[in-house]
Amino acid sequence: MKAFAALLERLAFTPARNAKLQLLQHYLQRTPDPDRGWALAALTGELELRRVTPSLLRGLAAERIDGQLLALSYDFVGDLAETIALIWPEGAEDDPPLSQAVTLLMTTGKAGLPAAIAGMLDRLGPSERLAFLKLATGNLRIGLSARMARLALAQMGAPEVGDLEEIWHGLSPPYAPLFHWIGGGARPESAALAPFRPVMLSTPTDLDQLRALDPAEYLAEWKWDGIRVQAVAEGGVRRLYSRTGEDISHAFPDVVEAMDFDGTVDGELIVRRGGEVAPFGDLQKRLNRKAVGKALLASHPAGLRLYDLLIWQGRDLRAKPLAARRAVLEAAVLDPRIDISPLLDFGDWDGLAALRADPPAAVIEGVMIKRRDSLYVSGRPRGPWFKWKRDPMVVDAVLLYAQRGHGKRSGFHSDFTFGLWDGAELVPVGKAYFGFTDAELRELDRFVRQNTVERYGPVRALAPKLVVEVAFEGLNRSSRHKSGVAMRFPRISRIRWDKPAAEADRLAVLEAML
Amino acid sequence: MRADPILLPTKDGLYCPAGRFHIDPLRPVERALITHGHSDHARFGHRHVMASRQTLDIMRLRMGPDFAGATQEAMGEMRIGDVTVGFHPAGHVLGSSQIAVTQGGRRIVVSGDYTRQPNPTCLPFQPVPCDVFVTEATFGLPVFRFPDPATQIAKLMASMAEFPERPHLIGAYALGKAQHVIALLRAAGHDAPIAIHGALAGLCDYYVSQGVDLGVLVPATADEVAAQLVVAPPSAFASPWVQRFRDPVLAFASGWMAVRARARQRGVELPLIISDHVDWPMLTGTLTELAPAEVWVTHGTEEGVIRWCELAQIPARPLRLVGYEDEAEE
Repeated sequence: MKAFAALLERLAFTPARNAKLQLLQHYLQRTPDPDRGWALAALTGELELRRVTPSLLRGLAAERIDGQLLALSYDFVGDLAETIALIWPEGAEDDPPLSQAVTLLMTTGKAGLPAAIAGMLDRLGPSERLAFLKLATGNLRIGLSARMARLALAQMGAPEVGDLEEIWHGLSPPYAPLFHWIGGGARPESAALAPFRPVMLSTPTDLDQLRALDPAEYLAEWKWDGIRVQAVAEGGVRRLYSRTGEDISHAFPDVVEAMDFDGTVDGELIVRRGGEVAPFGDLQKRLNRKAVGKALLASHPAGLRLYDLLIWQGRDLRAKPLAARRAVLEAAVLDPRIDISPLLDFGDWDGLAALRADPPAAVIEGVMIKRRDSLYVSGRPRGPWFKWKRDPMVVDAVLLYAQRGHGKRSGFHSDFTFGLWDGAELVPVGKAYFGFTDAELRELDRFVRQNTVERYGPVRALAPKLVVEVAFEGLNRSSRHKSGVAMRFPRISRIRWDKPAAEADRLAVLEAML
Repeated sequence: MRADPILLPTKDGLYCPAGRFHIDPLRPVERALITHGHSDHARFGHRHVMASRQTLDIMRLRMGPDFAGATQEAMGEMRIGDVTVGFHPAGHVLGSSQIAVTQGGRRIVVSGDYTRQPNPTCLPFQPVPCDVFVTEATFGLPVFRFPDPATQIAKLMASMAEFPERPHLIGAYALGKAQHVIALLRAAGHDAPIAIHGALAGLCDYYVSQGVDLGVLVPATADEVAAQLVVAPPSAFASPWVQRFRDPVLAFASGWMAVRARARQRGVELPLIISDHVDWPMLTGTLTELAPAEVWVTHGTEEGVIRWCELAQIPARPLRLVGYEDEAEE
C-alpha cells in the first residue's frame, strides 16, 4: 500500500507525460503480482469496486473527531477524503498489500463496510489512508489513460504497444498473464472475441515531398473530419474501437447495429444526415457518453465511411496489397449507414493539389495518399501512407493572459490565452501552449514579465499589446466559451511584433469561419 | 479580581504598559522586543531593539547596520520598567526566542513562532511555566500532523534517483527553512555539493559561523550549476533565474505541503512536508504540558485552537493580530 500511495502522490503532482510514464513503469517493475495488476486497473479506471459514499465517510469521521474541528478542517482542506485521511487518529502504521484493500472493497457487504473501512484506516499512514479512500470513493483523478499504461508496459518488456492493444480487451485485473508475458513468458491467449488490431497510421506530407513520387503508384481519397475507428464483427460479437483501442461501442449502438458483416474494417466514424456528413462538432456530442438517448440517436445519426479492411470473412488480408484489399471492400454488401470513402481521380500531384484546395464539403480536412501496393502494418511507417491536410485557418489575436509552464518550461510563461475584438472589448477565444520555437518562448516570456498588469495566483493579465497569429484546424460552437466558439488544435503560428493590437481580428471574422 | 494586564493587544502588536515596550511590533515603535528574525516579526526602524544575539545579527544581516536606533542583547532575567523579561529558545530558527514577561508573580510567555520537532540548526524549545501562554496557530487544525522530516528527505532522495538527469530545485524560506533542509540532507548522508541561490548565501554563511554544519555549498548563479540539488527561496521559482535549469523538478519545503490543494496552487511537483512551526499534536501537547491558566492565540487558524481549548476546558481567546504572515508566503 505504501508504494501505491507514493506512486499516486507523485502522479498527482507530475504534469509531464513522460515523467508519468517513467514513474508508472518503475512502480510496475518493482511491485509484485497481484498488487501491480490491481494498481494498473485502478489507475486506468478498469477496477469495479463498491463505491463508498461521502456520507459513510462523514459518519466514520464523526465517531472519532469533534464535529466542529472536522468542519473547520474540511473547510480548509476542501476535499473530504483528504480531510479524513489527514485527521484520522494515528494507529499502528502497517503496510498491507494493495490487494488486501482491493479485496476488502470487492467483497465486503454493505452492512460490514463502515467497520471494515475504519479497520483498514487504523492500519495505515496518512498517505496510504488517502490512497485507500480515493480507491474506495472511485476518485483517483490522476489523468492516466489506458493508452499510457500500455506505453509504460511496452517499455518494460518485449511486447510492442500494438501487441498489447491486440490482447488488451481480453484481459482482466490483476492481469497476471500479461505480466508473465512481459517478463518473458508465453503470450496470453486472446480470450476476447472481436479483438482490436493495431491500426496503420500516416505521416504528413506536402507538395514538395510529393513531387519526388510517381503519382501512378498511389491512390488518393478525402480525409474526413470524424474519428478514425476500427469496427470488428466476428462470431456474433461486434465492437467499435477508437484508433488507440478504446472500446467505444456503448456510445454508438446505431453503428453497432449496422455492422452486419463478418470482418475487421478501418474507417471514419461520422454523423451523417441524408447524404451529408455533419461537422465534427455534431459527432462530438455523441462521444464520451455512457448511454445515448433516442432523441440524440435521431438527431445525430452516426455511421461509418470505410477506408480499408484487415480481415474479411475469416481471411486475414493485412499482408495483401492495398489495391487487393480495396477490391474486396468495394465488392462488400453493406448496411446503408456504412459506405466506402470514394477514390479521387487525379492525374498528377498538381491535379490533386487543385482538388485539395477546393473540396466538395466543409468536413473534408485534406487528402490521404496511399501506395497501391502498401501492406496493412501497424504503427506509423514512413512512406506508404501520407496525409496532406488542408491549410490551417488563422486569425490575428491579442495576448490577454499568460501562465507559467511545467517541466522543461518551468519558469517560462508558456500557456497563453488570446482574444479578439468585439466592439471595443477583447473577448477571450482560446488558449495555446505551443507553436513557437524555444527562442520565441524566451521572447514571449520577456514580454509577459514586462507587460503584466495584474496577477491572479499563477496567472498574469497582460497589457493588450501583442498580436499573435493563431492557427487552428477547425471551429465548433460552444456554450462553454464566452465567445461562443471553440477552436480545435490552436497554436501560435507567428508572433506579430509589428502589428498594433487595434488591427487584430474581430470576433465576427471567427464567427464567419464557422 | 483580575490584575492589570501585563500585555495588551494593540494595532501595533502586543504592548506591555508596565514596561512600555512592544513585542514583535508591526510598525516602528520606541522599544521593541523581537522573538526572531523573520521579516514579519523583525521589522526595520524601531528606536530600541532587544533580542537574542543571533536575532540581532540576523536583523543586521538582512536589513543593514542601521536597522534600529539602539540594540541590546537579551541575557538572563532583565528588568524593564516594572516588569522582568527573559528570553528562552523557541526551536523555530536560529536565535528564535519565546519572551517571558513577569509582573507581580504572574507570568505571560509569548512564544513567537515555535516548534517542538528537533531541528539540528537551532536550540530546542524550552517549556517555561506560565499563567498565560501566547501561541501561534499557523497550523492550528487537526489535519496538520507533520511526518518525521527524514521521511520527506527520503522522498526527495528517491525522486533524485528516479530522475537522475533532472535538477531538483527546493523552494525553502531563506532564513531557517533553507538551512534546516540542508542540515536534514546532510544528516541523511547526502554529501554531494548543494547549490544555493544567491539570496541564501549570507544567511547560510552566518549559520556556518554559528557552528551549524551545512557541508559544501556552491553558488546556483552560474549558467552551469554543478549540483543536482538546488535550494532557493520560493519566490525564485517565478523569476527568470529558474530558466537556466533544464526540466527541473520543483520541490517546496513547507508545512502547507500537507494539503494537496496548497501544493497544487504553487505548481509544485514534489511537495515536502517540512515545517519549523508546531503541528496540531505538538501545539496541543505543549498546551497540555504547560497547563497555563489561559491561552492567547495570535495568528493562523485560531478557531481550531480555541475549539480545542474549549474541549480541554482551558480559557482561550484569539488576539486577532493582523500583519503576521503564513509560513513562507513572502
